Order: sequence, then C-alpha cells, then structure tokens
Amino acid sequence: MPVIPINYYIFLSLALFTIGIVGVLTRRNAIIIFMCIELMLNAVNVLLVAFSKMHHVAAFATDRATTVGTEAQLFVFFIMVVAAAEVTVGLAIIVMLYRNIHSVDINFLNRLKH
Amino acid sequence: MHINEILFWFLTALALFSAMMVVFSKNPVHSVLWLIMVFMAITGHYIIMNAQFLAIVNMIVYAGAIMVLFLFVIMFMNLNAESEPQKSKWMKFAAVLSGGSLMLILIAALKDNDGFISSMRGEGSIGLIKNLGKVLFTEYVVPFEISSILFLSAMVGAVVLAKKESSTIVS
Repeated sequence: MPVIPINYYIFLSLALFTIGIVGVLTRRNAIIIFMCIELMLNAVNVLLVAFSKMHHVAAFATDRATTVGTEAQLFVFFIMVVAAAEVTVGLAIIVMLYRNIHSVDINFLNRLKH
Repeated sequence: MHINEILFWFLTALALFSAMMVVFSKNPVHSVLWLIMVFMAITGHYIIMNAQFLAIVNMIVYAGAIMVLFLFVIMFMNLNAESEPQKSKWMKFAAVLSGGSLMLILIAALKDNDGFISSMRGEGSIGLIKNLGKVLFTEYVVPFEISSILFLSAMVGAVVLAKKESSTIVS
C-alpha cells in the first residue's frame, strides 16, 4: 500500500505559494502579477484537497462507508467558481488600465488619479 | 518505489519547475504557457489523490477557460519580451530573500505532522462526481445558487469596466 506523507503535500503547496509571492514581488507586469495570484490560489487548493484526503483516510479505517472530507472538496469547487468570476473582473480592470495609460506596468498606476 | 510515488515526485518537480518558469520567463506568452503546465501538474496531483471531479474541473475551468482568457488579453495588448518592464537587481534579490524566509518560517511551523495519504483500492469515493453532486445539490444548494448571482454580477461588472466611454462608441 503506497503511503505519501501529508508533509510532502504541505511542502509542495508552500513552495508553490512562495513562488507566487516572489512573482508578485519581482514582476512589474500587471498580468504576470495576476497570474502569480492564481498560482497562490491553486497552491491552497492542492493543500485543501490533500487535507480532505488525509482526513478521509483516517476516518475510513474505522468506518468504511464514511463520507468525511466531502465538504473540503466542495469548498475547493466553490473557490474555483469564485476564482473564475475574479479573473473576469480582474482582466476587465487590466484592459481598462491598458486603455487609459497604454501600458500594464504597475509603476505607472499613479497616473490613474489624474 | 510504487507507481504513485513516482508520479508524485514527477508531478511535483514538473509543478515547481513550471511555476519558476512562470516567474522568470521574459515573454508573457511563455509565462501563460508555463502556467498551463503548472495547472496540468496540479490536475495530475488531484488524480493521484482520487479527486476526479476536481481534476476535471481544474482542467476545464483553469487550464481551459481562464488561461485562454489570459492568453487572449496578452495577445490583445501585443506584449512581448522587449517591452517587458523589469525591476532592478536589488529589488529582485530582496523579493527572493523575503519569499524564501517566509517559506522557511512556514515549513518550520508546519513540519511536525504524522498524517498520510494512502491509496488503497476501494477507498476514496468522496472525490467522485456521484458523491459530490449529491452533497452539492442537497446540503449546499443555496451557496450553489448564490454563486450564480455572483457570476451574473461579475459579468455585468466586467462589461461595465471594459466598455468604452459612450461618446467614443457613438463616434
């Protein structure tokens, strides 16, 4: 029976999350920053699914008909739904930004106040 | 080594390498393509955790719809590697340093776990569509319907934001 420790998933998720943070901090292109935010969101989703699975495996040892852990996977589903809506509005804002200042460089965002 | 562990390490390496290429590639189009690779790897992780519904949704919604939207916007703006703004070396160094120290602290705080994920046969039917659909349409039907209102408002908001001024439309 193959066993993967939950620690591996925690470290994978943390590494992906950190790469997302580094991307947000190093890049100046607004679209790349937005993509790095998506990356962080997905890192959290992976961790949530891993925890739901861990919880289910622990409960399955005593009760073979358990559905423990379903809520976490539904929560991930709702996160994906909200992320889809968020991407739509965010890209609309970036398109509006590009139309106003003809660039997606976030250092020029202070021009928006004029 | 069991096939699941080999797959786990392969997908982890693929996800981390692709995520780094998202951050470090100069061309925004390449970043989008690498991000699609990250989502493919995460979909593989969902499959080896037997969360099949989420794997399909991740594939269709993220790698399919959202990334195409990003690609469309990037090509619409005609961005390329030459016009890409860069931060100074010191800013990049400070960002990597702070991100690395954050990861170090989080790992130090979370490393003491003894939970595990096994994949026995016959187990793990919670991730299948049958179970998730049953729960979604009975217990969680109200949040499900509310999310449709969220989509409607997001659609209206996107149209209002991306619409040109009314005077320019007339002219």
